[in-house]
Amino acid sequence: MTGIAAYGAYLPHWRLPRDEIASFLGGRAGSGTRSVAGYDEDTTSLGVEAARRLPATDAGPDVVYFATAHPAYAEKSNATVLHAALGLDAGVGSFDLGPTARSAAGAIDAGVDAAIAGRRALVVLADVRGGRPGGADERDGGDAAAAFLLGGDDGVAAVAGRASLSSEFLDAWRDARDTQVSHWEERFTEAAYLPLVEQAVAGALDDAGCVSADVRYAAVAGPSARVIRKAGALVPGDPEIAERLLTSVGNTGAAHGGLALASILDVAEPGDLIASVSLADGIDVTLWRATERLRHDRPADAISDWVARDGAPLSYASFLTWRGLLDREGPRRPDPERPAAPPSRRSVDWKFALVATRCQRCGTRQLPPQRVCSHCGAVDAIERERVADVRGTIRTFAVDRLAYSIAPPVVAAVIDLDGGGRMQCELTDVDPQAVRIGDRVELTFRRTHTAGGVHNYFWKARPVGDGGEEQR
Amino acid sequence: MSSHGICDRVAIVGMGCTRFGEHWDRGVDDLLVDAFGETLESAGADRDQIDAYWLGTMGSGSSGLTLSRPLKLDCKPVSRLENYCATGSEAFRNACYAVASGAYDIGMAIGVEKLKDSGFSGLVIPPPPNDGTNVDLTAPAVFSFLAPAYCERYGVSEDQLKEVLTRIAWKNHSNGARNPRAQFRRVVDTETIACSPLVAGQLGIYDCSGVADGAAAAIIVRADDAHRFTDRPLYVKALSFVAGPGAGPLEPDYDYTSFREVVASAQDAYAQAGIDDPARELAMAEVHDCFTPTELVLMEDLGFAERGAAWKDVLAGRFDLDGDIAVNPDGGLKSFGHPIGASGLRMLFECWLQLRGEAPADRRVAALDRGRKLALTHNLGGAPGDCVSFVSIVGAEPSA
Repeated sequence: MTGIAAYGAYLPHWRLPRDEIASFLGGRAGSGTRSVAGYDEDTTSLGVEAARRLPATDAGPDVVYFATAHPAYAEKSNATVLHAALGLDAGVGSFDLGPTARSAAGAIDAGVDAAIAGRRALVVLADVRGGRPGGADERDGGDAAAAFLLGGDDGVAAVAGRASLSSEFLDAWRDARDTQVSHWEERFTEAAYLPLVEQAVAGALDDAGCVSADVRYAAVAGPSARVIRKAGALVPGDPEIAERLLTSVGNTGAAHGGLALASILDVAEPGDLIASVSLADGIDVTLWRATERLRHDRPADAISDWVARDGAPLSYASFLTWRGLLDREGPRRPDPERPAAPPSRRSVDWKFALVATRCQRCGTRQLPPQRVCSHCGAVDAIERERVADVRGTIRTFAVDRLAYSIAPPVVAAVIDLDGGGRMQCELTDVDPQAVRIGDRVELTFRRTHTAGGVHNYFWKARPVGDGGEEQR
Repeated sequence: MSSHGICDRVAIVGMGCTRFGEHWDRGVDDLLVDAFGETLESAGADRDQIDAYWLGTMGSGSSGLTLSRPLKLDCKPVSRLENYCATGSEAFRNACYAVASGAYDIGMAIGVEKLKDSGFSGLVIPPPPNDGTNVDLTAPAVFSFLAPAYCERYGVSEDQLKEVLTRIAWKNHSNGARNPRAQFRRVVDTETIACSPLVAGQLGIYDCSGVADGAAAAIIVRADDAHRFTDRPLYVKALSFVAGPGAGPLEPDYDYTSFREVVASAQDAYAQAGIDDPARELAMAEVHDCFTPTELVLMEDLGFAERGAAWKDVLAGRFDLDGDIAVNPDGGLKSFGHPIGASGLRMLFECWLQLRGEAPADRRVAALDRGRKLALTHNLGGAPGDCVSFVSIVGAEPSA
């Protein structure tokens, strides 16, 4: 049976300690932390980072489904940005689902359909959760992305059964022009959802020819931490995994079901039955059966470990600023310009996929792509080479306290890449005081700024704690 | 590369330079009219005698009309040049070549920049429409790349380097304080410099050149004609301008402790002028101290100090007014201010004053009294590893 060929996830660098909110606004101090997307991250860039962390497979996707409740663009596709950043072939379709919480379950469902039809679907789920300052959505929310490659017959988990129930009622909603979510009273929400959970899970078990006792883990997503906990209690599983996720990362909305499933796959044993349960305008259940392959094809950085790590603490003032809720005085510098469409299209391989050139005559790698080799002068003797996954070493750096940024200071560095080539780029997820020549970095896809309604995406470098040996 | 130069074929016979600084009450036109008038007067020339003009401005106007309109030049040839921070020098270079060629008898190079009208802090150069992949760093940040790289290569500690950079800023402020045309005319003590608010990396406010408005100009004639205007002309010994391949940001063999473009233009200029050992032959140099680490590295690239030794020479005072070779005796970009298009000509203006013995006594460079009669000006534009560089050498006497 077809199913999940590979899975991966991405958690941003920053965590907001929940008691920071109370120390700023007053009120009762929450416990634990929530994950926070960097000032230069959005659902699209989080999605790219999750998809980049999929373990390598023999074949890439035939189609991309990207689901989020908070898309960076409307009208224009975000899935296609993701497609470009992953350097996928033009023949791979890329489609957005959203902007609703249920779109995540829809993307999985569409991906499973594609897999059953013999195609391979890359399903990426991402969300950036906010809320009014001091509210539960802000406190309990989290930012993350998860990615699944569905298809093939020899994956890490096979689809065992599915069921969907649609149910129209006002639970959580948002005018498409707003950023803040509204909720009806939680007791109403629970009363409406919980009976449906049992019904939908029973339907999926029937589809799979299994019984409730066969379920070993449940990956539950829903509109609030509270309803996730309540629904989780109705399905067999390991509540500790769900609890750890809610306590240290938060409810990551459209990404949550995927993140929970990825956390479970990290620890599941072959043969285990896993229920994905989504509570959003109804219930969507997918049952997965872990396979022997799961032992060997887990992501390099275990998601469960990542969830448990503390992350970098962020102040509440920075959180509010990054979310646009605190409009702070900037330097007397011009606002950034929007990138222009024709040059961006001409350099799409560079800007999105980070494709460099390598001189066919002398072998020198150059970034950005050059037609004339700076080393030997050869003209148009170049081959193209994606360098997004190449690590590098800081050669020199600058901490720019004058440049405009929502998170000053801007830190830039000259990076010498393993295997040749040099890149001058911004550093992110970094402590400006701690940067040193010789530090190891990896490249990461970011939204550098937004101007004139255009999101400018490009790559930055970020420190890697365990940078590994430089590869020549 | 064959670079024959035009040593001693043309001479400067008149110069003018406005005060640099915040000219809230003067526009581009005013600055041009002022510099133009002073320069004519200096040469004792009549405006109708000037055959052709070379206007340098980076962004304060486009085309020769920027000059011909305010001066009401009646159908004269006016070229407008731009070459980043070497813009003023580029105007001068082209004027010299035109006069040396015989195409014109008398040429004027004039540079102007009005930076303070933008309302922004620091220099702002709006880029052409682009793909958004360039790192948008400010100039101090780009030049601060030099600091950690220099420390790393030569085993200098951050604190030692800070002391060196502070010493450079202190020297240039001390020199500028003695210059009525400078933007900043205050001696600043080293503690104030060292503790000033950080702008980029280790660089504080006092490590950065002044953002200023200003204009400067020179009248150039064939050397044979020079004595018709003055008995103390400045002979042009060398002019070298190079644009680098931009390889620094591309190639890991560049280590951000040198400007190879500067080395190339300096070697070319020394060859043109017949200079073997610049530190022993030049009386003074006006160099592109846009930020203090730039001046440090330039001392090595221009051959004034051994590689890795400039930081010690700076601390020893070798480049002070009374040092081996005075660097930036007028205060430099640091305290004279840096109106881009005018800066190259402002540097020549100080050579004009010093070599003719017109600089005030408190700013006179000591090496002149040791019989040295040559001065150097240097500009660079762009960023470490990716820049243009200009070097000129002028002298008080024709070569023997």
